[in-house]
Amino acid sequence: MASASAVVNVPATTKRGEIIEIKALVRHAMETGFRRTQLGEAIPRDIIRQFVCTYNGVEIMRAEFHSAIAANPLFTFNTVATESGTLAFRWTGDNGFSVTESAAITVV
Amino acid sequence: MTSRRNFLIAAGGLAGGIGLGSAAGGAHATPDEMQAAIRQVTGQAPVRRGRVKLDMPPLIDNSNSVSLSVTVESPMTPADHVKAIHVFTEKNPLPNVVSVFLGPRAGRASIATRVRIADTQTVTAIAEFSDGSFWSGTASVVVTLSACLEEGLI
Repeated sequence: MASASAVVNVPATTKRGEIIEIKALVRHAMETGFRRTQLGEAIPRDIIRQFVCTYNGVEIMRAEFHSAIAANPLFTFNTVATESGTLAFRWTGDNGFSVTESAAITVV
Repeated sequence: MTSRRNFLIAAGGLAGGIGLGSAAGGAHATPDEMQAAIRQVTGQAPVRRGRVKLDMPPLIDNSNSVSLSVTVESPMTPADHVKAIHVFTEKNPLPNVVSVFLGPRAGRASIATRVRIADTQTVTAIAEFSDGSFWSGTASVVVTLSACLEEGLI
């Protein structure tokens, strides 16, 4: 289930030095912690706190999410294609939430 | 049928409620809280306007999912790049929205995501540069249906 709950879009092949756009989507309700049930009980916060992308093991982007990020967070960012290898994505959050996804990239 | 007296009592209660809500902070953050959150990031450094472009739709139908993009003018070289982009709101329950940490390997200082917007307000994006300077950009949005506090809306 974990691998099916995240989708990343990375160009499979690109030229060295090219700036590539990466899109990453993960399934998560992002419960804000500010809502209440109809009986007035507070619904506890359950959000993704951090999203990290590494390129061949080196961190290239780190995002800290707060309650204001919409459900099923979509995040778009850029990186320079330096070498062939693997882009790894990791989302971590409340209640031990952790999802990883990776994508291979070939740089010519 | 609502008599004039009842209407006035109700209106007075409503106005009092609004005053109380803003005085106590209520469920919404205030512009002061946003300034405090911004100062936590910037410290004593001045924040100048410009170089940061915050793109959001001016009119929001579904405020549970609003596209937001931030683009910062920067060559993104090891000597001169954007270190971080922070987004803040005035009237969401919390002022912080997202903090993104980048480096010269980003190539382009540009991010996009989808956010919740509680109310008609001004959203602020602040970029931290490698030379320690801070620049900001804002977007004003009008909300027709509120997020965060409504029940039964995800």
